[in-house]
Amino acid sequence: MGRVFVITGTGKGIGREMALHYLAQGHLVAGCSRSEPSVVDANYTHFQLDVADEKAVVAMVQTVRKSHGGIDVLLNNAGIAAMNHLATTPMQTVQKVFATNVFGSFVFLREVAKVMMRAKVGRIVNFSTVAVPLRLEGESVYGASKAAIEHLTRVAARELGSSGITVNAVGPAPVDTDLVRSVPAEKIDALIARQAVRRLGTFADVIHVVDFFIDPRSSFVTGQLLYLGGAG
Amino acid sequence: MKEKILTIVYAALKDASEELGKPELASPGPETHLYGRNGHLDSLALVNLLADVEQRVADDLGKAIVLADERAMSQKRSPFATAGTLADYIELLLSEG
Repeated sequence: MGRVFVITGTGKGIGREMALHYLAQGHLVAGCSRSEPSVVDANYTHFQLDVADEKAVVAMVQTVRKSHGGIDVLLNNAGIAAMNHLATTPMQTVQKVFATNVFGSFVFLREVAKVMMRAKVGRIVNFSTVAVPLRLEGESVYGASKAAIEHLTRVAARELGSSGITVNAVGPAPVDTDLVRSVPAEKIDALIARQAVRRLGTFADVIHVVDFFIDPRSSFVTGQLLYLGGAG
Repeated sequence: MKEKILTIVYAALKDASEELGKPELASPGPETHLYGRNGHLDSLALVNLLADVEQRVADDLGKAIVLADERAMSQKRSPFATAGTLADYIELLLSEG
């Protein structure tokens, strides 16, 4: 029987690819983005919302729980990037990045965890980045928001472990998405040069890690961060 | 409305009673102590109860609420002290839409 997935940020990029991947496997997927749906499938339900809008997220999670009878997997993927020297970073940018990346991830984590706690089982995967361990110049705000997600992941794993819920995070290396295309090519080249495996990541690389974290056999794997490309 | 809300809170407490092995929660009333002074629940059990109550409110009353909001956490008298104060707080949240 298919599992019930909530995937944030399904409008494009890794979120959309994950939605297509798990739909192809016969699972039920509820996704969200600020945009119109970019995934069309009988087993896909789209919610057009801003992940930092607490009321909208609470309503989405309750709707999915009621219509699907529970939530098995949360892929907390929605995120935005910002690249700038800290001396020229507007506060508005800091607020926008933290609102989507930290507050959005937090409210989904909290709301879905409450549903999973009743079921005493669940898999949550958060999304970090290799920009955290590589301490990339120009990504202080983006990296700080993702470092916050890493901390949330580690603590959530401890708080939710007794409820049968695992919480892990994947840190993708740059993948050819809109988010990465907005970064100057020489910056991406310099980043890749610091990886152990020097190439861009692929959607398949990321999905492989997610598959491992959400596997029912991974019940003893929690609080872990896995960086792709040997960047840790 | 208050009666409906109390019914929801009591149903959640009866489930908690079974799950936690606490017979003192099996026949709850408005004065049944939940959390804090004389409370029957530890912090983790309270978290589970609130999650359960939120989902029952969504199912039975069709309203999505978040019980652990800033106001609840900062009130001098916790809305999570007894079944009755919890029901009062839910009624307040529902009245605000």
